[in-house]
Amino acid sequence: MSIFIDKKTRLLVQGITGRDGSFHARAMMEYGTNVVSGVTPGKGGQQFEGKVPIFNTVADAAAATQPNVSVIYVPAAFAASAIFEAADARIPLIVCITEGVPVLDMTTVMPFVKERGVRLIGPNCPGLISPGLSKVGIIPGNICTAGDIGVVSRSGTLTYEIIHQLASNGFGQSTCVGIGGDPIIGTNFIDCLGEFEGDPGTRAVVMIGEIGGSDEQHAASFVQTKMKKPVVGFIAGQTAPPGRRMGHAGAIISGAGATAADKMQAFEAAGISVMKRPADVVPLLRSRL
Amino acid sequence: MNLHEYQAREILRRHGIPVPDGEVVTTPAAAKAAATRLGGSVVVKAQVHAGGRGKAGGVKLAKTPDEAEAVATKIIGMTIKGLTVQKVLVVPATDIASESYLGVIVDRESQRPLLMVSAAGGIDIEEVAAKTPEQIHRRAIDPRYGLLAHQALALAFQLYPDVAKARAAAGIMQQLVSAAYDVGASLAEINPLVTTPEGKVLALDAKIVIDDNELDRKPAIAALRDAAAEAPAEVQAREAGLTFIKLEGSVGCCVNGAGLAMATMDLVKYYGGEPANFLDIGGSSNPQKVVNALKIITADPNVRAILFNIFGGITRTDDVANGIVQATAQFPLKVPIVIRLTGTNEQEAMRILKKAGFDALTDMDQAVQQAVAAAGGAR
Repeated sequence: MSIFIDKKTRLLVQGITGRDGSFHARAMMEYGTNVVSGVTPGKGGQQFEGKVPIFNTVADAAAATQPNVSVIYVPAAFAASAIFEAADARIPLIVCITEGVPVLDMTTVMPFVKERGVRLIGPNCPGLISPGLSKVGIIPGNICTAGDIGVVSRSGTLTYEIIHQLASNGFGQSTCVGIGGDPIIGTNFIDCLGEFEGDPGTRAVVMIGEIGGSDEQHAASFVQTKMKKPVVGFIAGQTAPPGRRMGHAGAIISGAGATAADKMQAFEAAGISVMKRPADVVPLLRSRL
Repeated sequence: MNLHEYQAREILRRHGIPVPDGEVVTTPAAAKAAATRLGGSVVVKAQVHAGGRGKAGGVKLAKTPDEAEAVATKIIGMTIKGLTVQKVLVVPATDIASESYLGVIVDRESQRPLLMVSAAGGIDIEEVAAKTPEQIHRRAIDPRYGLLAHQALALAFQLYPDVAKARAAAGIMQQLVSAAYDVGASLAEINPLVTTPEGKVLALDAKIVIDDNELDRKPAIAALRDAAAEAPAEVQAREAGLTFIKLEGSVGCCVNGAGLAMATMDLVKYYGGEPANFLDIGGSSNPQKVVNALKIITADPNVRAILFNIFGGITRTDDVANGIVQATAQFPLKVPIVIRLTGTNEQEAMRILKKAGFDALTDMDQAVQQAVAAAGGAR
């Protein structure tokens, strides 16, 4: 079992002929994801890898191939437009991998997406994978194993590190979701925690946060009041100086509650087992299961 | 990207916000000439990308042009938080009746721009937020309509009971919000917004931070970057496509991915060391990026050991290995290096490194412990 994506996922790739889009479309197909169509304006009528039809618009692709998930690999300047287009075509789940989307663009994207009742994951995220079932995004399939641990994270390679720790110690994953490191994102920790709580295939959740904002604090009170499944948490950025953006646009200590210590304290208070380092994930999970 | 005060003032002025005259100069003689033109009594303000200018002595009143020259002599060339002052802004001294605060930020919670106003102006707004949060009034803005006139006026009455001043402030609020959108600001502040004894409402100081993600599509704004006013290593890193932030420790870190880079720094601290920097070589690294990264790390005299932590997903670990070999052939390292890499093309990477005489580890904790020991051990 899994959340958001599984064997029924029918994937549309926006930007399928670009450098990143083509590379990752191939990797997703090799993993077994059902890629039903791609969009590149001006290349409608062509085929990708001799089998995936390419369309000029998302509306055309949606009408012809009924995708239920779209993944976006277009350059940052066109990313907001690509999300608008997918939302207008009522694709129920839109995953935006693109990094560097201006945050003011996201202030207009989010109301548009919500009004159409669709879900956005990202932007600036590695996407998600339900090991053995489907992969949407760029998380390397070979580091994951199927199992019953849910993983949700604001990071990319740090998530791979923790998945690697899990997989090498016999903890497979139901779904791993990278929600992205930007200040405004479509899907937050709580959305994913709620899905994992309701997923019979998930036994426990690993949540990886970082400095900046207060999404982790909201997640902590959700865990305390709404969840029965055990949650193990990590916060990156304990040594980050205040006021500096640590790579991710959203990873900056400013305003109340934004430090790693604040978030770790909120986790502890909510009954989340807090890792001091990535390798702690295995003993902490063992102690909770 | 941070703008200087004089650049932010110019943006506000172009959007119709009343800003007193001012001149930006780089020499004491020019400061004197500017003071003469501005009427004699002026304030000389350091233009530097650091908070706390006033406390550091970077803002001074001068009653005459001669005084302006003397004050500018002290301020130009002084160091504030590690940055050297190269320019000063000379503005006429303004009689102030009251000071308020206006600021637009992008609010993560509401996912909208948020206008914050406070009658407690002239001081650090984070201090007001921490001590007397009830003195800050907020309004989330629907980006489809901008800040509407009645919304602005309601906030303005929180600052001034007088309707003429409130209307003037409301207009400034609307213009500030549209300026923030026009330039792609993640922060646009007027602090203080003042009233004069004659009842005028003026923006006396301005701060604008541009969202770096806007710079590609706003070349006129990107051209405002004053690279000479930034830390040299950070400029060098940006030009090489790397994200680098200098810290005070002795373990130089080179990592792929921002989250893993932070976690690596944290682990250095966990094992008793101190990280010398944050450095993210990004996702699709080529060997040249690694060479540039090593140049920047080794230029820091505090660095006593170098730690590579690479988790190969999209990043190919053999690319990183080649980069390390190329870099050390170009400039031999004077400090020990500890390399951890795992993931994509790991076998090939290990072979490349072994051939060049390097050992590499696959375990993050082991690597960090070795690097901390190599840098002189735990404190």
